[in-house]
Amino acid sequence: MDLGALFGNFNNFLDFTVGGLVIGAIYALVALGYTMVYGVLQLINFAHSEVFMYGTFAVAWTFVLLHGTGDASWSLGRAVPILLVALVAAMLMSAAIALLVERFAYRPLINKNAPKLIALISAIGASFALAEAMGLRDRFAKWFGLDDNLANYVAPNKARDVYSNPVSIQPHGLFHIGGYSVTDVDLVVVVAALVMMFALDIFVRRTKFGRGIRAVAQDPEAAALMGVNSTRVVQVTFLVGGLMAGAAATLYMMKIGSTRQNAGFLLGVKAFTAAVMGGIGNLRGALLGGLLLGVMENWGSAVFGSEWKDVVAFVLLVLILLVRPSGLLGEALGKARA
Amino acid sequence: MIRSKKSLRAFAALAGVAALTLSACGSSNDNNKGTTGDNGGSKSALCGKNLAFLGALTGDAGALGQNMVNGINLALKQYNDKNADCKISLKTFDSQGSPDKAPALATQVINDDSIFGLIGPGFSGESLATGKTFFEAGLPSISPSATNVTITQQGWTTWHRVIGNDDAQGAADAKYLTETAGAKKVYVIDDGQDYSKGLAGKVKSSLGAAAVASDQISVGQTDMSAVVTKVKASGADAVFYGGYYTEAGLLAKQLRQGGFTGKFMSGDGSEDPNFVKVAGAAAANGALLSAPAGPAPAGFAASGLYATQAYDATNIFLAALAAGKDNAKDINAFIGSYTGDGASGPIAFDDKGDIKQSTIYVYKVADGKLDVDNPEAIK
Repeated sequence: MDLGALFGNFNNFLDFTVGGLVIGAIYALVALGYTMVYGVLQLINFAHSEVFMYGTFAVAWTFVLLHGTGDASWSLGRAVPILLVALVAAMLMSAAIALLVERFAYRPLINKNAPKLIALISAIGASFALAEAMGLRDRFAKWFGLDDNLANYVAPNKARDVYSNPVSIQPHGLFHIGGYSVTDVDLVVVVAALVMMFALDIFVRRTKFGRGIRAVAQDPEAAALMGVNSTRVVQVTFLVGGLMAGAAATLYMMKIGSTRQNAGFLLGVKAFTAAVMGGIGNLRGALLGGLLLGVMENWGSAVFGSEWKDVVAFVLLVLILLVRPSGLLGEALGKARA
Repeated sequence: MIRSKKSLRAFAALAGVAALTLSACGSSNDNNKGTTGDNGGSKSALCGKNLAFLGALTGDAGALGQNMVNGINLALKQYNDKNADCKISLKTFDSQGSPDKAPALATQVINDDSIFGLIGPGFSGESLATGKTFFEAGLPSISPSATNVTITQQGWTTWHRVIGNDDAQGAADAKYLTETAGAKKVYVIDDGQDYSKGLAGKVKSSLGAAAVASDQISVGQTDMSAVVTKVKASGADAVFYGGYYTEAGLLAKQLRQGGFTGKFMSGDGSEDPNFVKVAGAAAANGALLSAPAGPAPAGFAASGLYATQAYDATNIFLAALAAGKDNAKDINAFIGSYTGDGASGPIAFDDKGDIKQSTIYVYKVADGKLDVDNPEAIK
């Protein structure tokens, strides 16, 4: 244990903290997808990690399409036009995958009033199927004879290997907090995540669809009697979760730059943890949980060594749940005040 | 698992008995063959028989196994062209590089009477999983590519490799960092896997006081911000990473973005063009990636990493054949005392089956490309 590594030098402390906040913001955006679906259906959508993963590929593919495969290093400003297109592509891709999951892994079961456990397992199955489909995309392309035309996208024989955005985005320092230089990329990731969160919060609390979501979350039968189309509400919930995951994927690719067919797994576990930590079913809880998890991981790395960072994060989760079993802000989606 | 000295002794005794029984079987077979085969004079009893290759031919690392088979086929073709009356062919066993799949294939290999020698296994995991099977069957083997240090510490006297192990690489890397690259303070990082910990640990112990600190990330980790902060805070002027190219690339990228300007070095797990793609050209430039394998000599007709080693391993078996060895025991003794110059360098084995002298090469990234043709040999 080395408390000096964390607290010995204020600049290092800021470095660890800001680094944690940036990755935590991405956790938070992915956590929204888990929390929304849980709030409405009381189900954990384990396929949400794949919804995110498809978004990361959409970002890389957009860059390959609009820039080509030549290795390049751009400033954030230069990358913005393609990034915006990539953002739209990733949101559409992730939303489409989320709707697919809803249509084929959930709706048939919900319509048959299947036990919740069945839907959970169906989601795990969907998650595997989606991840493997991405890992086998070179074979699918081959079936259609497109593997040569699409070689830059499907990576023949290397489909399971890491896949990188050809353009790596070079961060530039904007201003200093103490001795820590805050970069444009860090700032965009955190601010974009916060803006998306507030937009979603307003959507749920102030719009007609949002009222429908809250109504179904509170009491699906009463909501149905009041004329709320619950199938539509569930669809919109998946759609919104997918859009947020697409945005998270864009920010992730901006910061990390590489993905692979199993990239969703670890991030999904972290985001799910963040959702539980903040109080699953609670939008603001997802934000708090994500940021807290990111920061605790980095502090844990500093004090105990990086091999202990997950231990620190999950011990913290257990402790929080022991004291507050419903999470930090443990309030369900349906009870959010209008 | 060997938990105590007692069970170790019991194991050694069992293995000894097994070896005796097997060699007894072997010699009785030879006697039978001697009455028919040797009458002709020079023609070996092994003519028309097979060498086996066990390793990844498909799957994530399939390309490496394909390289090896190319090297083996080249050696066999050259031999068979010269010895039309005594052809040797190759049987391949595709393990996909998996320690789970290799043992079943190993059983197939030892039950196939037409196989007199094994090129492989390709990787360290499958070598450890199958070594005992091959040793107890008495089948001599030469691996072109398995580098884990512990394989040759098991007492499997039929197991050999024509490539430097991870200790040799770690010691050479440490030497290169301090003597050639001029590093004074090195931060050592690994990903916690056996290969990575072994290599990084050897680098750290060889560096001695020049190793300032160490840390361990995990496989699949993508955000390295905490490690980057630690490296910068330590004042290190070089980073050594033991692990594979994905995490190595992300680490190199985030170190540079975080303002680290020192040297970045990693081992053969990172020596892959994908390292440059993940890190991005700007961050990858100047990276040093070592490997216990050099480029093929000019005019060598099989390409790819490990092709030369597989070619050399095959030629050792063929040399045993030419020297008139026709049973497993004699071939194994021949390999043990073999000395020669192969396509990958001078070859001779120590009593554990490790290559005596191996050269470690440093491959450099320049102008956004991993230069695979002009590595620098660490002397």
